[in-house]
Amino acid sequence: MYSDKVMDHFMNPRNVGEIENADGIGEVGNAKCGDIMKMYLKIDDGVIVDVKFKTFGCGSAIATSSIATEMIKGKTVEEALQLTNRAVVEALDGLPAQKIHCSVLAEQAVKSALLDYARKNSLQLAGLEDFDPTEDHHHHEEEH
Amino acid sequence: MKKRVYLDYSATTPMKQEVLDEMLPYFTEKFGNPSSIHSFGREAKQAIDLSREQLAKSIGAKADEIFFTGGGSEADNWAIKGIAYANRDKGNHIITTKIEHHAVLHTCEYLEKNGFEVTYLEVDAHGRINIDDLKSAIKDQTILITIMFANNEIGTIQPIKEIGQIAKEKKVIFHVDAVQAFGNIKINVNDLNIDLMSLSAHKVYGPKGIGALYIRKGVKIHSLIHGGAQERRRRAGTENLPGIVGFGKAAALADENLEAHIQHVKVLRDKLIKGIMEKVGYVRLNGHPEHRLPGNANFAFEFIEGESLLLSLDMLGIAGSSGSACTSGSLDPSHVLMALGLSHEIAHGSLRLTIGDFTTEEDIDYVLQELPKVVDRLRQMSPLYEKVKGGQK
Repeated sequence: MYSDKVMDHFMNPRNVGEIENADGIGEVGNAKCGDIMKMYLKIDDGVIVDVKFKTFGCGSAIATSSIATEMIKGKTVEEALQLTNRAVVEALDGLPAQKIHCSVLAEQAVKSALLDYARKNSLQLAGLEDFDPTEDHHHHEEEH
Repeated sequence: MKKRVYLDYSATTPMKQEVLDEMLPYFTEKFGNPSSIHSFGREAKQAIDLSREQLAKSIGAKADEIFFTGGGSEADNWAIKGIAYANRDKGNHIITTKIEHHAVLHTCEYLEKNGFEVTYLEVDAHGRINIDDLKSAIKDQTILITIMFANNEIGTIQPIKEIGQIAKEKKVIFHVDAVQAFGNIKINVNDLNIDLMSLSAHKVYGPKGIGALYIRKGVKIHSLIHGGAQERRRRAGTENLPGIVGFGKAAALADENLEAHIQHVKVLRDKLIKGIMEKVGYVRLNGHPEHRLPGNANFAFEFIEGESLLLSLDMLGIAGSSGSACTSGSLDPSHVLMALGLSHEIAHGSLRLTIGDFTTEEDIDYVLQELPKVVDRLRQMSPLYEKVKGGQK
């Protein structure tokens, strides 16, 4: 069902935890749907110097969070904004169709944390103008 | 080899060696078509007759009230559609519960689209129906009550005797899906006033792809599979001979060993539940504390999600199942857990471990040693847990 890469990131997730006095915190998803991702960013001079996450969810939710943190660590804010759910899926050597929404959630968690950072510092970040962190990541009708 | 512990007996069971031994000749030298008149056919026919008797005996029925099917789902479909269409002149109302297996629920939904009316009874927090709800749901048009003996997820056993009594008084046909209960509870269809009952072989150490429907003599029912004259013209298709032979043997063994089986699984199940409740915080037992299948344990672990729990356990060789949405491919957790009134959050963290004849005490010790660690690891990653962990356990 899952690639070795997904299982590796699920069993040995990178960057789990919290950052005290984080420069940006994003939380997306909800417990009702079974997945919540919380991402913490430490940003120095426009560069993401540290990132941590906590996730409640299935194996792929944990794996997508983990790899997303790896993909943005050491990158500039602008570079991190380019992270797409597709890139997350590719980095994990694919996800089952019904788990694609987890990668969308990971992208949203990163953007949500960056949005928080931008707001705290009164910055305008290109690419976040239309971003709505509360948007339904499942991309289909809510059934409840 | 890596340690493997199978605790998913409600999903399916391994076949017993005695069952396989009984079946093997019917794949090769005793391969005849039971409908054939020659000695090959007669030999096959005799084997089917014996299996039918074994199965009938195990539930207190007569041999000519047993009809073999392609499994439990077919038996459920046949019972419900067959009774509905055969009794349409009497009424169009069916009563069932919200926690039935999908083979029953989706069949009822199909009938609703075809002019039938279905009442889905609520269950209490432990998964049992309220007898008064049932009584008040019965009306002049009610032709069928279909209620499962015991639930596949939470193991809760329904008050079948009381339901049977009411059905008899009100002259409503009573179908029971006993796929999970069979082999785990002594069942006598006459004592319980059951008119139809669905059974499956692979839940009782028999082969997959074979089941049966008990139909009380005199009950009017339409056929589901039309064709040849097999099963007294009620279920067409050349018989699954090795499957039927295996089912007969499995039923006979289940009946003989019932007391010992119940004792064995119950002791281990109780040890598992007690151990988990002691070692893990923020956990609850889903289902009824007493009226439950002897081998069933179903936990809800707060702050974590069932699929990640299953995957982690699988890495340790432990096989279980979950009612989490992520394991079903849908957004919602299992309809059974939701019917208990559990919140989505809690239902997502469910874990079902079901014990069987080959489970050992060492298996349970291994789970009690590993499961708390797995739960803790996932909780340490969960943003829901950080909110509660300060101070209390």
